[in-house]
Amino acid sequence: MIDQTPIARKAFFTFSLVILLSFGNKLVAQNGEAIFRENCARCHSLTVNLTGPALLGVDQRVPDKKLLAGWIRNSPAVLATGNKYFNDLYNQWNKVPMPPFPSISDAEMDALITYITTPPPADEPGGEGAKQVVDEKDNSILYGVLTLILAVVALIMLQVNSNLKKLSDDKEGIPSAEPIPFYRNKTYIALITVILFIVGGYYVVKGAIGFGRHKDYQPEQPIYYSHKVHAGTNQINCLYCHNGAYEGKQANIPSLNVCMNCHMTISEYSAKSEKLYREDGTEIDGTAEIQKLYKAVGWDPAAKQYTGKETPVEWVRIHNLPDHVYFNHSQHTKVGGVQCQTCHGDITNMHEVKQHADLSMGWCVNCHRETKVKFDGDDGNKFYSIYQKYHDEIKAGKRDSVTVSDIGGLDCQKCHY
Amino acid sequence: MAKKKYWQSFGEFNNSEAFKKSTENEFPEELPLASADDKGLANAPASRRDFLKYLGFSTAAAVAAASCETPVRKAIPYVNKPVDTIPGVADYYATTFVSGNEVLPVVAKVRDGRPIKITGNTLCSYTKGGTSTRAQASVLDLYDTARLRHPLAESKAIGFDAVDKLITDELAGLGGAPVVLLTNTITSPTTRQIITEFLAKYPGSRHVQYDAVSYSGMLLANEATYGKRVIPSYHLETANVIVSIGADFLSTWLSPVELQRGYAVKRKVNPSNPEMSKHYQFESMMSMTGANADERFTHRPSETGAVAAALLSAVNGQGAGDLTGKLKAGIEKAAADLVANRGKAVVLCGSNDTNIQIIVNAINEAIGANGTVINFNAPLLTHQSADADIVSLVSDMEAGRIGGLFIYGANPVYEYFDGQKFGEALKKVKLTVSFNDRKDETTVLCKYVLPASHYLESWGDAEVKPGYYSLMQPTISPLFDTRQFQDSLLKFTGNNTTYEAYFRNYWTGKVGGADTFNRALQDGVIEPAAPVAATAVAFNGAGVQAAIDAAKALKKNSGLEIVVYQSNSLGDGKQGNNPWLLELPDPITRATWDNYAMVSPQLAKSDAFKGNKIDITNTGQADEYEVEPGKPVISLTIGNKKIELPILIVPGMQADTIAIAVGFGRSRDIGKAVWSKDGGTLGKNAYPLLSYNGSTFDWYATGATLEMTGRTYNIAQVQVHDKTEGRQEVVRETTLAEYKKNPKAIQEERDKELKAWGGLENFEKQGTIYPIHDKPGVKWGMSIDLNSCFGCGACVVSCHAENNVPVVGKHEVTRFHDMHWLRIDRYFSGNPDDPESIQTIFQPMLCQHCDNAPCENVCPVAATTHSAEGINQMIYNRCIGTRYCANNCPYKVRRFNWADYTGADSFPDNQRPLVNAGKLDEVVLMMNDDLTRMVLNPDVTVRSRGVMEKCTFCVQRTQEGKLRAKKENRPLDDSDIKTACQEACPADAITFGNVNNPDSEVSRVRKSNEGRIFYTLEQLHTLPNVSYLAKVRNSPALSSHSSEAGEHATAQPEAH
Repeated sequence: MIDQTPIARKAFFTFSLVILLSFGNKLVAQNGEAIFRENCARCHSLTVNLTGPALLGVDQRVPDKKLLAGWIRNSPAVLATGNKYFNDLYNQWNKVPMPPFPSISDAEMDALITYITTPPPADEPGGEGAKQVVDEKDNSILYGVLTLILAVVALIMLQVNSNLKKLSDDKEGIPSAEPIPFYRNKTYIALITVILFIVGGYYVVKGAIGFGRHKDYQPEQPIYYSHKVHAGTNQINCLYCHNGAYEGKQANIPSLNVCMNCHMTISEYSAKSEKLYREDGTEIDGTAEIQKLYKAVGWDPAAKQYTGKETPVEWVRIHNLPDHVYFNHSQHTKVGGVQCQTCHGDITNMHEVKQHADLSMGWCVNCHRETKVKFDGDDGNKFYSIYQKYHDEIKAGKRDSVTVSDIGGLDCQKCHY
Repeated sequence: MAKKKYWQSFGEFNNSEAFKKSTENEFPEELPLASADDKGLANAPASRRDFLKYLGFSTAAAVAAASCETPVRKAIPYVNKPVDTIPGVADYYATTFVSGNEVLPVVAKVRDGRPIKITGNTLCSYTKGGTSTRAQASVLDLYDTARLRHPLAESKAIGFDAVDKLITDELAGLGGAPVVLLTNTITSPTTRQIITEFLAKYPGSRHVQYDAVSYSGMLLANEATYGKRVIPSYHLETANVIVSIGADFLSTWLSPVELQRGYAVKRKVNPSNPEMSKHYQFESMMSMTGANADERFTHRPSETGAVAAALLSAVNGQGAGDLTGKLKAGIEKAAADLVANRGKAVVLCGSNDTNIQIIVNAINEAIGANGTVINFNAPLLTHQSADADIVSLVSDMEAGRIGGLFIYGANPVYEYFDGQKFGEALKKVKLTVSFNDRKDETTVLCKYVLPASHYLESWGDAEVKPGYYSLMQPTISPLFDTRQFQDSLLKFTGNNTTYEAYFRNYWTGKVGGADTFNRALQDGVIEPAAPVAATAVAFNGAGVQAAIDAAKALKKNSGLEIVVYQSNSLGDGKQGNNPWLLELPDPITRATWDNYAMVSPQLAKSDAFKGNKIDITNTGQADEYEVEPGKPVISLTIGNKKIELPILIVPGMQADTIAIAVGFGRSRDIGKAVWSKDGGTLGKNAYPLLSYNGSTFDWYATGATLEMTGRTYNIAQVQVHDKTEGRQEVVRETTLAEYKKNPKAIQEERDKELKAWGGLENFEKQGTIYPIHDKPGVKWGMSIDLNSCFGCGACVVSCHAENNVPVVGKHEVTRFHDMHWLRIDRYFSGNPDDPESIQTIFQPMLCQHCDNAPCENVCPVAATTHSAEGINQMIYNRCIGTRYCANNCPYKVRRFNWADYTGADSFPDNQRPLVNAGKLDEVVLMMNDDLTRMVLNPDVTVRSRGVMEKCTFCVQRTQEGKLRAKKENRPLDDSDIKTACQEACPADAITFGNVNNPDSEVSRVRKSNEGRIFYTLEQLHTLPNVSYLAKVRNSPALSSHSSEAGEHATAQPEAH
């Protein structure tokens, strides 16, 4: 917990910086892109044929902007006029009608058409890459090496000192004892024993406490699913996929049909997006990973239909609590208002998820000690109205807040039953 | 108030030396340290050196084990998640429990696709959410390892398509020989319709309904006197006087849940107007219902007719005739009460004899019960079988007149009084098909077996009373290759629709639209808008005199008689392989797993027991009988039938009557739960003791001869495990008259007892040197009304299911290792030699969640502590198994996992060696099968070996309820939390809630019943959070008999 504070602060700073930097884009295109994402992206891509045709170059195919706008707003009406191009298109695409979008205003339509007719910019230097502020380096090795060098220097100096003393003693005729080699010197031996004991003991105790705790556990998953791409870059709300987190005990790994809500149309990982790497440096082909999803869910992207051959994905579970611990997500998220990141770390910046907290009992208990419940006031939960004693104390000014532990949050049977 | 002496056992009654010794040693287990010789501990086989070696080795082993890699755990989500399903959040489906003749609307709790708990359907007007032990336990039957997993043709596995073809061909080849459908009573309207269609296709065929426990006598009597061949509803909630002649209506008779509910209404005492119904019981054995009666009289089983006739005569003002003694006085008293409460009184009779039931009808007619308490407009449709039908079927079969026999839900080879004959006759039938779910005694003899699905896997419906429907819907896909009976019948009728479609179609048409149907399916019940009121039905008394003469002639004046009864847990034995039911102690004998011969104390010391006389008032003999689990085995001969059973001496039995329960003595094929260690099965089949009297089956036998075999047989009783060492303040009771005179008598008595520590008012502060802790917010409390606890044990099974309480098996129960978190203690009082004087009291005993808990102080590792909500918490992962807490618990409610009963230990299969060594029963392995483990509640830890456990006040439910309230941003409500025991109780004896909230149900009950409330062993200053309401009896007096030997046991215990 204590170690995390500066990291959190830096992370926040980095995050703010990223937000500031990302305001550089053109406003109109941004707008067009937003409209495109909101309305069109379910069926269209700029470059690839999906449910509907790829849109890039539509200005050459339909030079009349008004006609195009009319088509977008109400395609059946255009078809009814007998327009040859659109009727051909309609027949060519299996007579799947394009739904009308009458609510797009003229200004928005301009922005949208500008966006779909402009080829997306090539890799922008200073785009995603630049946003990645240099990671905090772990300096402990450096310090360790320095300490070691200093210790060796100190030893040498000590040795030199004693040699010099011996020389000067010899010169002045003071008799000196036969020099004892340092490995037989009892002071050294005692010192080394003590140091070994302390260091050894430290690691034994640390290791013992760490049994069964897996902070930083980051297994390789059957499908390379990047939380950063989804929750970070694309800003998908955590609850869109982990919808159990508000409802029940488990947050739940989403079922594959949830993935397909978007991936029905998003079939490839754009080459222009940030390149994906595993921890060991191997590059990831995002499109191939999406294909793995299709295979699992039994989706034929060419025929655009389900084959019915399903193979459930066996994800590796990262956050494991022992069987004797009861943990309920909804208690913490819906009732307690705890952010996902509090326990799971900065997920939006993790490609592959790793365990952020050690999930130890001490970690839970500390949070229960410190966290204040929504006891009183406008956002106070009415459940707590039965705690008359605390309400009286707050009124009398004897107490300013109620922590989880005050309402029995440290009782064993809060979690163990 | 006179001090009353209560006793659970005869040792306690006599306060014998052996009993005292056994109380000192709660778990009579020798330590394995074999240092009995005087060589000192160092020379003992297990020396200190050994200890150190083991210590070193185990540490090294633990380190080695711990350094292994952590296992990688997988999480596999749905590919396509059904909408509205959230893994980890339970769904509830209304459905209908059907087993034998018991039909109850229930709700199944389904967690992640698995039904794990049954609760009653509160929308049902006649059960109001009450359940029975069997309904509670039925979810375990779904996961029974002995269920057939596919159809069988001549004992070989086969697919449904193939077997359908074989059967259809054989049906076609019968050449017109009739096909008989043999089922138990079918309450399902759709199934009845399908059966009609099936019969129409095979002319000459017929449907025979056969119930193991039939009410044929009642049906015939009602036909004779009322012209209606039905069984009426009994509205006990309107009866001020209930006279039962051998009807165990609170436990097994007719429709116990409904009857318990009605009965409880008039048994609860309203402090502002204390009135109760008066319940007389005339019976031969000690039944659970008899134990609840205000006045109880015994008679010989053959005398039932004479008793009924005497009662009729007394009701008509002509005295109780030729009966004598207490029985005569009792009948006259009961008759006077019945007459005085005309229109508000009823007589129930458990006899299956038509003549006796005709007399009972005449009595009910005379006291105006017809049209008031007895409702012929809403008859019960759950018992329709006529005993004569099966008898004529068997003779038809023997004569080769039956071409095909389809058996569903019936098991005549076991249940028929002459099962062997049925088995022989079965061989003469060309085509035999069984639809039963396991290889039961009848099914193994059938050519084809098409196992039907469990009710939790099935569609269906039930019409319990005309117009009162309960629907059944599947809560899980069939686990095995099974098919519903109805589907099979449709196939053989040549109808290609599935039963589901048929069912939907039927009900959509009936209720008018798919939406209404879906709503009905969601509610589970369809009932008439207004309850069907009772009206008097014309009575025809022409046959009464003949019936009286016939019934009186049955009386025998000498010799031993046997009464056969249904046990409270197993009933007719349909769920015979259910470990939860088998391990549920009998309310009266407190015995588990077996059946036995219940004999009276008088008989045990009579000459019939020559060579082994047991006088239970004689200290030495009582101890010899009682301390060891091995009970003497007797051999009973009745005509050409012979049965050998161990005895249990039960006070309150009629002197010359022996009672034996049905439902035991099954074949090994029905499942591992009934396996005994000797390679046989537990108990003996008592159905063969029944006899056919020409129109109905008699459930008693006369002229039995008894012989001692000289052998003993272990009976696993929990009766004397948990002793309270003569402390008298465990239960309290009073009579209605005394309560009316001084409603505060019990309060004053308590105050007097606590005088030394400041009286009632200051006891909490002055009785201790510990500080008093604040209890802000929630404080859980429970109140149990001893007036409405009848001892049925539905709560015990419910607790078993909810809390993953392990099944330990007979051998472990014999060693006092039973694990029930909730037990129902049974105390007798009165003179064992006088059955009429015996008064019984049931007290549900569970962790009292003491605010000043003796167990908490002694735990060296703080594994049991007190929560801010007043719950005495038991933390399994912290417990190291010292058992100090159990030792220090005055209520003896803590349970220790002596072995790995649940397979929770890290090492797989470590029960197998124990089973092989005979230290555990096979049933423990059965309960650990992957299939059976699906019943476990995922919200409750499965405890491992060496860990203490006990009632948690259903903490998983209190947590869930609080969370629900918080999510909905509102204060806690009584409806948020119901404990498993509370939910199961048909009589609402248990209330639970937040006692800090003055408006909660439990607070209101405690406040309004100040005069009756008491805490068990209150003077110990344990400050329990479970309060009891003292039992009020509508008896003339409390039986105050105390033997000489018992005097000192009643003395005030010294303060502990």
